[in-house]
Amino acid sequence: MSMPFYVAPEQVMKDRADYARKGIARGRALVAIQYDTGIAIVAENPSNTLRKVSEIYDRIAFAGVGKYNEFDQLRVAGVRAADLKGYQYSRADVDARSLANQYAQILGQIFTHEMKPLEVEILVAEIGAESAGDQLFHILYDGTVLDEKRFSVLGGDADAIAARLAPELTATPDLATAVRVARRALCGPDRQLVADDLEVAVLRRNGTRRAFARLDDSEVSRLLAD
Amino acid sequence: MAMPFFAPDNGPGASFIDLLHRTGLEPFRNLRDATGSVSVPHATTCVALRFDGGVVMAGDRRATSGNLISHRSMEKVVEADRFSGVAIAGAAGPAMEMIKLFQLQLEHYEKVEGQMLSLEGKANQLSLLVRGNLPAAMQGMVVVPIFAGFDLAVGAGRLWDYDPTGGRYEEKEYVATGSGSLHAGTVVKVGWRSNLDSDGAIKLAVKSLWEAADADSATGGPDALRGIYPVVATITSSGWARVDDGFLAQIVEELLQEQRTRNGGAK
Repeated sequence: MSMPFYVAPEQVMKDRADYARKGIARGRALVAIQYDTGIAIVAENPSNTLRKVSEIYDRIAFAGVGKYNEFDQLRVAGVRAADLKGYQYSRADVDARSLANQYAQILGQIFTHEMKPLEVEILVAEIGAESAGDQLFHILYDGTVLDEKRFSVLGGDADAIAARLAPELTATPDLATAVRVARRALCGPDRQLVADDLEVAVLRRNGTRRAFARLDDSEVSRLLAD
Repeated sequence: MAMPFFAPDNGPGASFIDLLHRTGLEPFRNLRDATGSVSVPHATTCVALRFDGGVVMAGDRRATSGNLISHRSMEKVVEADRFSGVAIAGAAGPAMEMIKLFQLQLEHYEKVEGQMLSLEGKANQLSLLVRGNLPAAMQGMVVVPIFAGFDLAVGAGRLWDYDPTGGRYEEKEYVATGSGSLHAGTVVKVGWRSNLDSDGAIKLAVKSLWEAADADSATGGPDALRGIYPVVATITSSGWARVDDGFLAQIVEELLQEQRTRNGGAK
């Protein structure tokens, strides 16, 4: 039997991370922005049926970039975990922090032990009763959890998008401003994006139990035109 | 509990019931081989009827244990999701659990699949839940729901009733379930017209429960003293809407007037 070549663990991890980052960079980015009465998630997504942003629970949304089948599997696992927890305990006991930790465990486990890491970055967002209670958990392909404030950018070119976004978000915007700022940051100086290229969903702090809502193209056009 | 992460070829799909089964949390598991009988609270009369533009569902508020009233303000008519409702008669414990599971199943499906079940699909789901309760029904814990909703694909209200084995029957005009269903159903049958509007249907539903309460001791009448009125809701193209107690109190007052005139204007 031949001995496998020795590869240093540092090298293995670096190769995996590079592989995951390359996969993620191929996809299009999304941003989440806290606005005065909720959280808006704006994704560049030419498809009107394959969603990047979706509902997990009453006050919790999920968004993913990278390989669709992989983040969709994570999305469904999140819905299952949340519904089971709400069924076993109470709806009030389902929270984003616990979900983010569980996601981090799964992503970390796969990154370290499987042949191939998941080529995804995900966001778990939750709105609180007040804006101070809003949470944005950004989870990377290797299980790193980032607890972000005010806004979060996922996907390829995230640094450039964040650099365009940050100066425009000096104060908490309203929804229309948030969507416009998000579009400008996503498309950069050389391109244009119209409502049809964007998938927009919000978590609304308006007292309804299920805070998640999708905005359709006409509504997004209206917000962009204001 | 760890996050339920299944291999793609081996997952429970969009079924919350199957998910509970896989995680060992199935609620009716232990009822399967229960023997003997226990005295548990029972919920009673509910009706649903179609009107021009949707359906009305109504249920009284009483739960009984044998000859005793165990609850005066039970809610047996509940919103299943935005465009449908479920009303339950029978053993209160399993019935409430069934409603909770049914609501969760509809929401779970909608979130996993990214779209709502069709109304027919929802009715079928409830059928599976009722059938799952059959062994318990054999021990006396019968649960008999009615299901009604607005079918967005058809653009009309639709309603179903069930038998304890999960049999599902769609009705054209009205359905009634529970101990007072004979009386309530008869009142609706006599008063039903195809051109009923929403208010007319609400009044007819309240009247049917009134008459059921008058003839059936397990059905609770409107309780003006405690301010307890039946749960009445409409489901139309704009979704589920609970009828507020102020309007119900007014209808009950009209019914009282009608009774007084019927009795020759007795003071």
